[in-house]
Amino acid sequence: MPIRLPRLRVTRRRVVSGSVIVVAVAALITWAAWPAPRTFTTTEETLTVFSGPRGDEPVNLDTTLYLPKSASAATPVPAILLAHGFGGTKRSVAEDAADFAGRGYAVLTWTARGFGLSGGQIHLDSPDYEVRDAQRLIDWLAARPDIVKDRGDPKVAAVGGSYGGALALMLAAQDSRVDAIVPMITWNDLARSFLPESSGGGPAEGVFKKQWAGLFFGGGGLGIGGDGPLPPQGLPATLPEGLPPNLMEMLASLDPACGRFAKDVCAAYHDVATTGRASDATIALLRRSSPAQTLNKIKAPTLLIQGQADSLFPLSEAEANFRGIAANGTPVRMDWFTGGHDGGQGPRSDRDRLRYLTITWLDYYLQGKGEKPDAGFTFSRVTGFDADTRRITTSGFSTDIFPGSADVPEARTVTVDGPPQRIASPPDGNPAAITTLPGTGSGSFSSFLAGVSLEIPGQHADFYSEPLPTNLDVVGTPTIKIRAASPTGEAVLFVKLYDYDPDAGSNLPFGLAAPVRLTGLPSSIDEAQPVTVTLPTIAHRFEAGHRLRLTVATSDQAYTTPVAPATYVVGLPASGAAVTLPQLPGSPITNPDVIWRYVLAAVAAAIVFGVIVALVVARLRRRRNAVSVVEEFADTPLVVRGLRKVYGDGFVAVSTVDFTVERGQVVGMLGPNGAGKTTTLRVLLGMTQATKGEILVFGHHLKPGADVLTRLGALVEGPGFLPHVTGLHNLKLYWRSTGRPEAEARLEEALEIAGLGDAIHRKVRKYSHGMKQRLAIAQAMLGMPELLVLDEPTDGLDPPQIAEMRKVLRAYATDGRAVLVSSHLLAEVEQTCTHVVVMHKGEVVADGPVEDVVGDSPISLFDVSDVPAASAVLGQLSGIRSIAPDGRNGLVVDLDGTSRTDAVAALVRAGVGVDRVVPRRRLEDAFLTLVGGDSTEPESAHKLAEVGGER
Amino acid sequence: MTTSTMPARTSPVTTFSVATELRRQASRPRTRIALAFMLALPLIILGAFEFGGGDGDDDGGGGGAFSSLVDVATAGGANFALFTILVSSSFLLVVVFALFFGDTIASEASWGSLRYLLAIPVPRARLLGVKATVSVIYAALALVLLVGTALLAGTLRYGWNPLRSTIADQLSAGEALGRVSAATGYIGLTLLVVGALAFLLSVSTDAPLGAVGGAVLLQIVSSILDQIEALGAIRDYLPTHYNDAWIGLLSTPVQVDTMVRGAISALLYSALFFGLAFWRFLRKDIVS
Repeated sequence: MPIRLPRLRVTRRRVVSGSVIVVAVAALITWAAWPAPRTFTTTEETLTVFSGPRGDEPVNLDTTLYLPKSASAATPVPAILLAHGFGGTKRSVAEDAADFAGRGYAVLTWTARGFGLSGGQIHLDSPDYEVRDAQRLIDWLAARPDIVKDRGDPKVAAVGGSYGGALALMLAAQDSRVDAIVPMITWNDLARSFLPESSGGGPAEGVFKKQWAGLFFGGGGLGIGGDGPLPPQGLPATLPEGLPPNLMEMLASLDPACGRFAKDVCAAYHDVATTGRASDATIALLRRSSPAQTLNKIKAPTLLIQGQADSLFPLSEAEANFRGIAANGTPVRMDWFTGGHDGGQGPRSDRDRLRYLTITWLDYYLQGKGEKPDAGFTFSRVTGFDADTRRITTSGFSTDIFPGSADVPEARTVTVDGPPQRIASPPDGNPAAITTLPGTGSGSFSSFLAGVSLEIPGQHADFYSEPLPTNLDVVGTPTIKIRAASPTGEAVLFVKLYDYDPDAGSNLPFGLAAPVRLTGLPSSIDEAQPVTVTLPTIAHRFEAGHRLRLTVATSDQAYTTPVAPATYVVGLPASGAAVTLPQLPGSPITNPDVIWRYVLAAVAAAIVFGVIVALVVARLRRRRNAVSVVEEFADTPLVVRGLRKVYGDGFVAVSTVDFTVERGQVVGMLGPNGAGKTTTLRVLLGMTQATKGEILVFGHHLKPGADVLTRLGALVEGPGFLPHVTGLHNLKLYWRSTGRPEAEARLEEALEIAGLGDAIHRKVRKYSHGMKQRLAIAQAMLGMPELLVLDEPTDGLDPPQIAEMRKVLRAYATDGRAVLVSSHLLAEVEQTCTHVVVMHKGEVVADGPVEDVVGDSPISLFDVSDVPAASAVLGQLSGIRSIAPDGRNGLVVDLDGTSRTDAVAALVRAGVGVDRVVPRRRLEDAFLTLVGGDSTEPESAHKLAEVGGER
Repeated sequence: MTTSTMPARTSPVTTFSVATELRRQASRPRTRIALAFMLALPLIILGAFEFGGGDGDDDGGGGGAFSSLVDVATAGGANFALFTILVSSSFLLVVVFALFFGDTIASEASWGSLRYLLAIPVPRARLLGVKATVSVIYAALALVLLVGTALLAGTLRYGWNPLRSTIADQLSAGEALGRVSAATGYIGLTLLVVGALAFLLSVSTDAPLGAVGGAVLLQIVSSILDQIEALGAIRDYLPTHYNDAWIGLLSTPVQVDTMVRGAISALLYSALFFGLAFWRFLRKDIVS
């Protein structure tokens, strides 16, 4: 048989299953990657509005309107003014805008004046400019028929973060048409934000937050916008449509010192950045740009969202806004999250919480949808790492009380201790401690956890508490009293509250420091009076076993400190110092991820259910198969009817095979290699499924794994043993695998047949082929099955063993047992078997008792001393059909009617010596032709068929 | 007409029990060597810490939670066990799981003993079920041996100390034991995906190496793809995406949300691969 290379045949089944898989995978990828269909349209438009102190200065604003497709004059929708942060453009908020629009709001985003493609200059949320611009946009919305209006007053909310958040606050104060606002991570007093002082001083005494101020100023510089459509450097040859026609001239004419800042804003920055101190004019300008001035006019329900990781606009700014708005009786709510100008958007759980709060706030106050949002307070606390995103994770907490309100439980106090220490203020504040890294906060929180905070030796004094006996959850603003002495009478200090872990070192929650400028200090610490320092507001857990570490440092990279070097002495009040730590018990917010736990339970349940169903179905099917017996053949070991097997690659191994094995028979399956013998046995043993036809073993339909196979022992396609264990152990393991009692194995008898002697205790790996073969026969005979199936059993055996095997097989087929032997050796079959089935090319060409098939033949082979003489003598005899020489001394003679006795007598009489007379059998003739000749020739098969037909 | 001389054996016999297969696999040198190595590895790591000298703190950074576990590996038994899990879960245990699951059918096919098991007859579903169960048992045993040895050796050498971590607070030793157990269980679950894949390959090929290697290879490809952030949300569907989620067990309070998603992913993938393995094996022509 030629070697068949595997080749991929295109069958219907393959095409179908292949297509299904391809379609499923493609669908999955598409589903994952396909953007959800948009339910809104966007319109970009440059609107010209008039603002300025007198409302007569035109400015072009680059806007985009996100309009739900459902919006029309008949079904108008509420609107949201969505403002961007400093240095951004309308594109910075495109994602949020799309989200709101998807929820049925018309969203108007615009690039604030002085940024991106909008005209004008940056006035820092000036009531006359930016705020008035926004009022004009409300006018524009009010004129649209598809926006909901109540007697000409459009339903509109203002939402924004940072620069946009302050705008929302100031807009709500200035324009009563605003129905709700959601200001995020923004300021209350811009002067205090840039010039904080934590011991009660105003901005005039403040310590300049130079890094943040520089970043701010840089954000409004010469470029036309951080992420606008144009590259920051230079302009492309063709400008997008809708640009102010004079944009290029305008950009070219910008003062490089001030960029797009308005003159007064630019001058204010120069003023404060040069000296580190703010003039009254500068403070006035910053205050003009602060919501603090007009909070008392805000009537729009306000949701304040502030970041805990924010060294620019700390939580205290939102607290001030909260108090100011609450004083008007306006509904107001504040929520904190673990993000901000240092921390970015925060972890997903926080973002989800804020999104939920924002949506419910807007839905209720713009549309009256849903429950009225309660006046609670939520915050979150860093709890660890998310292994998936490598970011921090937080737990949300909610409470009915708000920090600073009268209901807050009494603050705990923890005493810190330590002697007064001398610390140096370096010239020009360099080297400086590092607490925060402004401008790097894009959600990379690890800096807070890895303890990036760096203190310079000699420039800080530390005061520790005793290890905390219990966990200490701080929510609010801690305070502490310190004392300081300075030779100049003045000192700029940074007070920080570290969480000191004896194992992992110190961690400054969110890198927040409280800067103080102390004046009128004595030169000796003994005369110094205690000063109360308000520490940054935090939500942090100090674990049991940790210590509080109060650090007073002289420099900080983020702030301007005195140029002249000095050495201070800092200490605690003589009466001891207690850190006041406000607490606010909150109940944990149920994490929306909890839903996945139910999914997990459902998946696990589904799998268990599926397995149980599969087991039950398998058991039922097996039981059904076990009872389907063809009574007619219940006592016949083997009936093969119309068997056909086509392999997956299309090769027809067996085309039609029918035969029967009765009790007491030793049936030989004879045929050349490739005749289909092995395939027939494979089907018989349930290793492959028949394509057509059936096999009945004791009347049972044979299917893979059918129980009736228990009554059958087999050796197919050579031995198969575990190579690393002994022959005996292999037999034992095999028998154990049958699950039948050991006594039934009749191991001794099998071992005797194997005749391996002591070799049975050696590992099978070391066996010769013949030894393995004998072991395999012994394995097949374990338990003395009623039907023994042996495939080429004498393969590898030596002649005495073959002779022994013949006896064994004949003896085996007594007691009602039967044996099926396959072989390609005629002599083998002839001498061992009672019956024979001759196969060729997948068909049975002859079967019956060996005597019938292998009958006596008229053809005999004569070995004679003189071939020509013998030919002559035999030629004269009557009834001789043919004579042909065969080899040197041989003659093949077809005696036809003449007996061999007569022929020999005639030869002897004629003086020809006769060495040997052997009858040549018909089967042998046919079989030899078959095996020796070209087996593809149809004639040879034909001959065998003739032979078979004679039985 | 009835069967006469022989006892009729038409009622189903429970063939091929889990105990038998456990014994068959136990007789294999491969099983013994793999399990012995699980015992040896923690000792090798311990030796490396002992003789490696100097605690050169060359934390290259970027490892995040991982480098932090390295830093505190010798803080106590629980820390040492976690470190051992950390260094072995990404590759060694993958290979071990792939070996126990991928070799089991394919090696029988290559020895030729598979057909004799089927001719006993062991119903194919039963054969596969027993094989899978035994593979699970050995793989779990390997995991438990590794962690148990690490815990024992680490505790004997470094003491029964609280679990330290630079990303969270220390946990009492008793609590740490619970966390280590949970981490072990979770890793076992995620590795079950590798095992299931190896099992699927095992029923598809006669070459044990092919099944084992193929599963490991796909695991590596999945890990590489998981590093490519540009793939975005598609990465969430990679079978290895949540493999490190057990780190969440080290934080206070325990972060289990990612682990829950990882468990869902692992269960679904395992069910898919095992299901395919059964589907394929029950219909396959055994020609080896």
